[in-house]
Amino acid sequence: MSFLTYLINGLSLGSIYAIIALGYTMVYGIAKMLNFAHGDFIMVGCYIIFSVSAALSGNPIIGILIAIVLCTLLGITTEFVAYRPLRGAASPLAVLITAIGVSYLLENVALLIFGADIKSFTSVVKWEGITLFDGQLKIQGVTIVTIVVSIVILIVLQLFINKTKQGQAMLAASEDKGAAALMGINVNRTIMLTFAIGSALAAIAGALLCSAYPSLSPYTGAMPGIKAFVAAVLGGIGSIPGAMIGGLVLGIVEILSKTYISSQLSDAIVFGILVIVLLVKPTGILGKKIQEKV
Amino acid sequence: MANLLEVNNLSVYYGVIQALKGISFHVDKGEIVALIGANGAGKTTTLHTLSGLIKADSGSILYQGKELTKIPNHKIVSLGMAQVPEGRRVFAEMTVLQNLKMGAYTRNDKAEFESTLEMIYKRFPRLEERKSQFAGTLSGGEQQMLAMGRALMSHPDIILMDEPSMGLSPIFVNEIFSIIEDVNKDGVTVLLVEQNAKKALSIANRAYVLETGSIVKEGRGIDLLNDEEIKKAYLG
Repeated sequence: MSFLTYLINGLSLGSIYAIIALGYTMVYGIAKMLNFAHGDFIMVGCYIIFSVSAALSGNPIIGILIAIVLCTLLGITTEFVAYRPLRGAASPLAVLITAIGVSYLLENVALLIFGADIKSFTSVVKWEGITLFDGQLKIQGVTIVTIVVSIVILIVLQLFINKTKQGQAMLAASEDKGAAALMGINVNRTIMLTFAIGSALAAIAGALLCSAYPSLSPYTGAMPGIKAFVAAVLGGIGSIPGAMIGGLVLGIVEILSKTYISSQLSDAIVFGILVIVLLVKPTGILGKKIQEKV
Repeated sequence: MANLLEVNNLSVYYGVIQALKGISFHVDKGEIVALIGANGAGKTTTLHTLSGLIKADSGSILYQGKELTKIPNHKIVSLGMAQVPEGRRVFAEMTVLQNLKMGAYTRNDKAEFESTLEMIYKRFPRLEERKSQFAGTLSGGEQQMLAMGRALMSHPDIILMDEPSMGLSPIFVNEIFSIIEDVNKDGVTVLLVEQNAKKALSIANRAYVLETGSIVKEGRGIDLLNDEEIKKAYLG
């Protein structure tokens, strides 16, 4: 029974990685850049929720909504100010280095405003959870909410991409920006929309992450950000279902290896899996083989 | 007849290399105009500059009296200018139908979409047969048809075609050229870029010969087809 508990916890952690990985993979898919500041948007979201909750001392929903709105604005602004001018730069490294710079900027601004001490985050999920099998299996409310939220996000995203004109434009622009522009698609606006969605997801992931692991510091987003990046690569970068699968695999492996092998070694195992997968299947689990038809 | 498209003194640089050296040409309503020339002559650059994918460094592109060099590229298709790009560039991971829908991205009338789609399917029955197939799984000739259908979905007044015969089998080449003539008969003006000069000149009303970024010759398609210099250089 305890195995089941760990599995569910892994699924929950994996769901958080998956939500973050969706932002990574969508932005990569269309802008062909790795937004290494993505993880720090989670931290920004958490501090916003933390501050709003402290100020209003009430319903966390308002804090979450404000965090989503502000993170979206931050994502759009970052794209416009820092990344867009470098699109089409001579070296793709330019924008990558800028992203790392944005990451440090956000961490240090948070350090300046909130200090280095770890804040205790109050869970946004008040529900205790459920107990099954006569108390043998207890699942926390936040665990269930996390899994449900990630499923809802995946479904909504798939519907958006496959059923709406904007979503289809996103798909077209991620395949061929020039051809998309010939169709009349405003590629810059489409990329901006992708950043907006990714950043909103980061805010949601932040709320869930800090509710499950309630310590908040300026570096809270860094490690989950890196792991979500690993998840996105594992699943096949650019692929939305891939990000989901990669996130879940990573979360489950992390929790199970923490439990059964060693809590110190769990990160080594997680990154070791990445190395192995990339050796065996460099495009990731669901990644497509890149081939050009002449 | 009024000039639909008038290009004046157009120059484009790639870094320090001048790809277009101040070319001027015009396309009248209802014509098929061919731009022929060797690889690297600037044919694709010309079309990409017309569609705004490449910025002009100087010169003007007047289309129905509007200066296109000042208009962002995504707004050009709704002015009535569509392009079938070189190498087809269909969206491989989208279905045939989704590709056609992207072609109609700027059109918002549902009924018009349905009737246009029906027309496209009539012209390219193969596309209807394969409408739920991913575009990447189509043959080269079918992808060319899809690229043409996709461009026609926007109801263009003028269609720019970049090497439509490239890499296709001779049977498909003939089919594609007869479709181009049909499309033109239905009132769509055509600006055609081709390395297959013989085919292009045989359907073109007029043609321009492009050589390393300059127009070196122009004339009626049929005259150029019989021009000794052209024969030697391009018709083998």
